[in-house]
Amino acid sequence: MDHFPTNWGRPRSEAVDLYNTYPLHNRPGPKADAFTEGVQRTQAPIVTGTSVLAFRFKDGIIMAADNLASYGSLARFKDVQRLIPVGAYTVIGGGGDMSDLQHINHLLEGLIIEELCEEDGHALGPAEIYEYLSQVLYARRSKMDPLWNSLLVGGFKDGKSFLGYVDLLGTTYTASTLATGYGSMIAQPLLRKYVEGREETLTEDEGKKIIEECMKVLFYRDARSINKYQIATITEKGISISESLSAHTEWSFAEKIRGYGAQTQ
Amino acid sequence: MAQQRSFNPYTENGGTILAIAGADFAVVAGDTRQTEGYSIQTRYAPKVFRLTDKAVLAVNGFAADGNMFVKKVKQRLEWYKHAHSKDMPLQSIARLIQTMLYAKRFFPYYVYNILGGIDEQGKGAVYSFDPVGSYERETCRAAGAAQSLVQPFLDNQIYFKNQTGEHPTHLPLPHVLQLVTDSFTGATERHIEVGDGLEMFVILARGRGSQELEGVAGIREVTTSDERERVFVINRDLKRD
Amino acid sequence: MTSIGTGYDLSASTYSPDGRIFQVEYANKAVENSGTAIGLRVKDGIVLAVEKLVHSKLLVPEANRRIQTIDRHVGMATSGLAADARHLASRARDEAQSYRDTYQFPPPLKAIADRLGLYVQAYTLYSSVRPFGISSILGAVDKDGPIMFVVEPSGVFYGYHGAAVGKGSQLAKTELEKLKLAELSTRQAVFEAARIIYLVHDDAKDKDFELEITWIGDETNGQHQIVPKDLLAEAEQKAKDAMEEGFDS
Repeated sequence: MDHFPTNWGRPRSEAVDLYNTYPLHNRPGPKADAFTEGVQRTQAPIVTGTSVLAFRFKDGIIMAADNLASYGSLARFKDVQRLIPVGAYTVIGGGGDMSDLQHINHLLEGLIIEELCEEDGHALGPAEIYEYLSQVLYARRSKMDPLWNSLLVGGFKDGKSFLGYVDLLGTTYTASTLATGYGSMIAQPLLRKYVEGREETLTEDEGKKIIEECMKVLFYRDARSINKYQIATITEKGISISESLSAHTEWSFAEKIRGYGAQTQ
Repeated sequence: MAQQRSFNPYTENGGTILAIAGADFAVVAGDTRQTEGYSIQTRYAPKVFRLTDKAVLAVNGFAADGNMFVKKVKQRLEWYKHAHSKDMPLQSIARLIQTMLYAKRFFPYYVYNILGGIDEQGKGAVYSFDPVGSYERETCRAAGAAQSLVQPFLDNQIYFKNQTGEHPTHLPLPHVLQLVTDSFTGATERHIEVGDGLEMFVILARGRGSQELEGVAGIREVTTSDERERVFVINRDLKRD
Repeated sequence: MTSIGTGYDLSASTYSPDGRIFQVEYANKAVENSGTAIGLRVKDGIVLAVEKLVHSKLLVPEANRRIQTIDRHVGMATSGLAADARHLASRARDEAQSYRDTYQFPPPLKAIADRLGLYVQAYTLYSSVRPFGISSILGAVDKDGPIMFVVEPSGVFYGYHGAAVGKGSQLAKTELEKLKLAELSTRQAVFEAARIIYLVHDDAKDKDFELEITWIGDETNGQHQIVPKDLLAEAEQKAKDAMEEGFDS
């Protein structure tokens, strides 16, 4: 008698499992089917977002990302929101593969609904969402099937602000200023100069000036950015995500550039 | 046809760790900088973790693997405690770590581990591991980005290598703390991936006095139960450039 | 009961000669013996209310909820076996999530009711299982506005403007019929719901009960939520006053 109902009515593999000794989940036999070779895993990002910036200020967290999703060097989608509110206390900012980001958004949506259905008076805060994301991204990299993103998790709950970084390798860290991608090279030094040591005194208005300055510099220097971005603030009062903004830029100097490209004189 | 894989699941996050065993104490230390390439990701990411009141683990290499590994070791130690109503002995933790590392022999945790603490005889002990679980008990060990800078210094100052007329003995605690501090200020000076902060754990054997630690700047006791070994943390600044 | 001893009531997979499935009818008895649950589909939302019979004073007040949340915008009030209700709610949540997985859109209530109906009906087909001992009132505000269904132990489900299941369902239905549901606001409906539950509660047979009310509407931003404490207290007070008046006249 076969005591595993899942086997009933199925052909039994007499070659390797003569007496149906194994429960279904560790049944011997070929794991791969005819489609195995056709299965593709994410090995490179396709439609991508660039940097996300964030830092701590007096009342919470401020975060910014532009609205561009690039297809290689093509500015493909120019009205994409990369700052995603999760629950009532957290915003995640995502760079890297945008379809993976949408998938992450979907996972978090499910997680939040699952928690809300408990109706136990507990809600997920930024620290919990950060831990969840780091476990998901680490598990996916360990399957050699990564979610190709760099994420910033910012939030404010129970009187405490939170800011953390997670990426496709499952690497994590927290700091009072964070930047992903190109921003980690271009904007992070500026952020550190303006913010480090002033976390407890910076006001929201000062913070917005700093972030605007950094987004402008990034727009000047990062070829995968556009001058259209949003700012999120997460404080005691909750989450607020701005309309799309653009920084005032100055290009007249470009006329005078000589010595490379088409202009040699 | 086998799939081509361009995805590299590993990276190197810099930093250095170090542990020294004394007669009735052990010191385990690491810097707190985390890097990737030329970028400093954060100035404070701990690499040294208290496992029990007599065991401290330092992890260096790929930070994501390191954090996951520490998390799993801690989990196993908690299960042990629930089953046996006591903390796991240091040498057993060492063997556990080797087993856990070797279990992933063909997709390794890309981390170098150094375990320090007090053994069952009440003596200071240091165990060092490679990423796939080879391990040995030693008196001192440095690992990580600045291993090649720190280890020769330790060999000279602790084993008295290349010194004439000196013989190795167990050094007193203040002397060891000074060596650790010097090792890290030196490594910070000469290695770009080392700096920002120094976190030193000191584990004292049962019944050992703690006079030498009184008045030490930036010290904090993190012992969780009394009548046992005692654990202290010392935090120091390192250069941030 | 005529069915007893005939042998046709031993399994849900056996019909009686006149085409009935007694196990399903017994399941309905389990519902009829349980605290009343009502639902009101009104102008701008849904109100769900249950008479939660408290069988012991040792129970923690407000614990063991009888109205459950299925999705942000979906609530479920049940009458019958509490454990069955929790199982079905769990299934409903899975179905709601599966809809979201497929369509990236909040599930319309029809889709959930449809799938739950199929699920409940499957428990009327086999001799190895028993049918669900619950009737569930599902309420939601979805893309087409407020909507409400009742899933019965047979697996059948109907849409309603006003629904009542459980002990006092007959009287409750009579009361619901008197209301102009399409003209009420959710806030007004909360008061009506409280009044009806108090009215149908049989003080002689069941001593203690807790009133549990949830709502979905403009005031909750389309989310299924427990009504605020002060509103519940106000509605309860009004319901009690109405009872007094009723006795006086």
